[in-house]
Amino acid sequence: MTATLLIEQLLNGLQFGLMLFLIAAGLTLVFGIMDVLNLAHGSLYMIGAYLAATIAQASGSFWIALPAAVVATGLIGLLLEITLMRRLYRRDHLAQVLATFAVILIADDSVRLLWGPAPILLSAPAALSGPVQILPGVLYPAYRLLIIAVGLVLALALYLFIAHTRTGMLVRAGSSNRDMARQMGARVERLFAIIFMLGAMLSAVAGALLGPLLAVEIGMGENILILALVVIVIGGIGSIRGAFVGAVLVGLVDTAGRAFLPDVLNHFLAGAVAAQLGPALAAIAIYVLMAAVLFLRPQGLFPARA
Amino acid sequence: MSLLQVRGLTKRFGAVVATDALDLAFERAEVHAIIGPNGAGKTTLINQLAGSLRPDAGAVLLRGRDITSSSVHDRVRHGIARSFQATNLFRTMSALDNVALAVQAGAGSSFHFWRDVHADSGLFERALALLDQVGLRERAEVSAGVMAHGEQRRLEVALALATRPLLLLLDEPMAGMGPEESLQMIELIDRLREDATIVLVEHDMDAVFRLADRISVLVYGRLLATGTAEAIRSNADVRRAYLGAAA
Amino acid sequence: MKLRAALPWLVLLAAALLPWAATAIDQSYYIGFARRVMIFALAAASLNFIMGYGGMVSLGHAAFFGIGAYTVGIAMTHGVASAWIVWPLAMAAAAFAALAIGSISLRTRGVYFIMITLAFAQMVYYLAVGLKTYGGEDGLTLIQRSQIGFGIDTGDEATLYYIVLAALAGTMFLLNRAVQARFGRALIGIRENEARMEAIGFPTFRYRLAGFVIAAAIAGLAGALFANHNAFVSPTILHWTQSATLVVMVLLGGLGYRYGGVIGATVLLLLEETLAALTDTWHLPLGAFLLAVVFIAPRGLAAVFSRPAR
Repeated sequence: MTATLLIEQLLNGLQFGLMLFLIAAGLTLVFGIMDVLNLAHGSLYMIGAYLAATIAQASGSFWIALPAAVVATGLIGLLLEITLMRRLYRRDHLAQVLATFAVILIADDSVRLLWGPAPILLSAPAALSGPVQILPGVLYPAYRLLIIAVGLVLALALYLFIAHTRTGMLVRAGSSNRDMARQMGARVERLFAIIFMLGAMLSAVAGALLGPLLAVEIGMGENILILALVVIVIGGIGSIRGAFVGAVLVGLVDTAGRAFLPDVLNHFLAGAVAAQLGPALAAIAIYVLMAAVLFLRPQGLFPARA
Repeated sequence: MSLLQVRGLTKRFGAVVATDALDLAFERAEVHAIIGPNGAGKTTLINQLAGSLRPDAGAVLLRGRDITSSSVHDRVRHGIARSFQATNLFRTMSALDNVALAVQAGAGSSFHFWRDVHADSGLFERALALLDQVGLRERAEVSAGVMAHGEQRRLEVALALATRPLLLLLDEPMAGMGPEESLQMIELIDRLREDATIVLVEHDMDAVFRLADRISVLVYGRLLATGTAEAIRSNADVRRAYLGAAA
Repeated sequence: MKLRAALPWLVLLAAALLPWAATAIDQSYYIGFARRVMIFALAAASLNFIMGYGGMVSLGHAAFFGIGAYTVGIAMTHGVASAWIVWPLAMAAAAFAALAIGSISLRTRGVYFIMITLAFAQMVYYLAVGLKTYGGEDGLTLIQRSQIGFGIDTGDEATLYYIVLAALAGTMFLLNRAVQARFGRALIGIRENEARMEAIGFPTFRYRLAGFVIAAAIAGLAGALFANHNAFVSPTILHWTQSATLVVMVLLGGLGYRYGGVIGATVLLLLEETLAALTDTWHLPLGAFLLAVVFIAPRGLAAVFSRPAR
């Protein structure tokens, strides 16, 4: 295990974590403020990726595809909020689970109808296809650096929005005490729609950026949703700060775990056992992390609710 | 030996000291009222006696035995029962089912998987008797959630009674009741004084002075005064701090 | 009222006649299909027991189903084929896992309980994927079905069907009795108002854990029957979407209704079957149907036809 490999994996973990943050942020806001468990959040991520891929192929440019896909997905999210989500605010969590599970089914097959069952291709912009020397002797893919940069910028922007704008203040108020915010006269319907749309757009950014690295395929939403749920549980439901810390933690643990755990295990256990156990342990590492956090701090690391 | 004793009981919520090194004793066969202004920490005290809240420091002793770390259900087994300030019933069940469940709790293990609970000898008979005791027998089949407020408060008491307690903690049983309902509740509690020691948290001063043998006055989590009803009524500190408006 | 009471018996009768009828019209495929429905009905019924009556929403129930199935599969690779050994073993394995998982998970509530049951189920899933000796990702084939002896041939499709039917009917009978007995009443009380249950003297944790373990054992049995039905087990049955599907079945059928799990499993699988025959993109109409249920029959299909069997 060289220093280069270590740095590379840590950066990969940060990169993945930042994208997870974009997805988890929307999920935690919707759950924290509107008290809706939205299983279909992963579907918005998937739609963002598919739209980005299609627009990139049609226009030949990744740089056009990214913002276009984000805007389009935002509008789709808004449509979803108006037609379905707002009718779920009053319902209990189980009804929300059933309804959003139904949306996953509908979204998956809609994608299948429009794009077919096979995964489609989303290519990273050619300009960023090469490596960059970030430290003497350490090369890192330029595209992944872009992801990290975008992730950090958006995280900062989100922080500024939450902490320093009026709408952001309403979001924070709503996060810690929804009824109170309502009483204070917050234009709740509009606020909810904005939050939902924002969440959809952030997910689309993640979908478009991760598309070239992971496969753009039906079912990608379900896979990422599980991770996003783990993130917000670790971070604390309703907390953006928690989502950030949780996402980076999960990203690092998952990536580093998969990269290093099998090797570490090899040092301690016999070959065959380590070969089987290593990948399995790496895969469950984040769940062990979540269980540990729940055990020590049942409300998550940064609980937003009073 | 006192039936229930509290020594140096302390509970903090952040910067707020809800219970401040409290020393208090409840004797057998007495009705002991706890009064004080809002925020004095009365319900917090009840919660610590019942076990739903753990103190930060101090001890709760039942007949000399330290039960500070005992769970709520263990304390019920040892003879403490409570009613809730905010009505806390099984709203979708009938009054009879509510009480029957409480009776079932005290009637041995519930790891029975075969026999229909209605065939369980005595459960429902005892439940009906308890409803009778609180004057709700005719309302047995009514869903707890749709009962009148006064009836719900009486059902609260019935649930607490079902566990055959030595000590009954009644948290504002008259909360939200009109004058006639309050009178019924006062009479009910009066009848109960023979069955159990009663710790009564109340704002209704009429009720307190009619029922209480002894009164303890709580202010900011601290004991301001404790003694017989007469002594408290004439206590200058108490008048100033609390009774001034009411007495 | 009479019809409502007789309905379960009528359904049982119809189910008993199904293999004969299916063979008669040369559609014996449906014996296998109905058998699959009953297996998932059993799993869903066990989940309904803890969700609907105990208020424990577990998003990890497929783990116990999978443990039961894998117990049979793994035992088979080691030459242990007797149903008398492996089926109780499957139930015991699932129960034991539930004891461990429940002891930790049941200290949490609400969405945290959902997440932590999910986490444990994912661990079991990845464990199965990692166990290359027993097939790993590719799964494990059973060379034969569990053997019962006494001249009963589990290899015969109709015979296995009747075994599954007996298991389902027997379990439903026992569960229905339990719901009306002290244990069921305690669970219902816990679901309704746990704080109150504690305040009247119930050690609620004990009862929740017992319910959780019992439900897991039943799911383990369903898993064992599934392994027989399918002659193949793979980690797919442990995926979180399987747990989610079980939850959907319970919600669709009617949470807390006696036959909610059975109805939900039957309707969902029947719909899948019919829709899949009509179109490749059958998830779409299925999703639309579930949405309709959320808004038109919010308490599930059983609620449309009866009042809660509480």
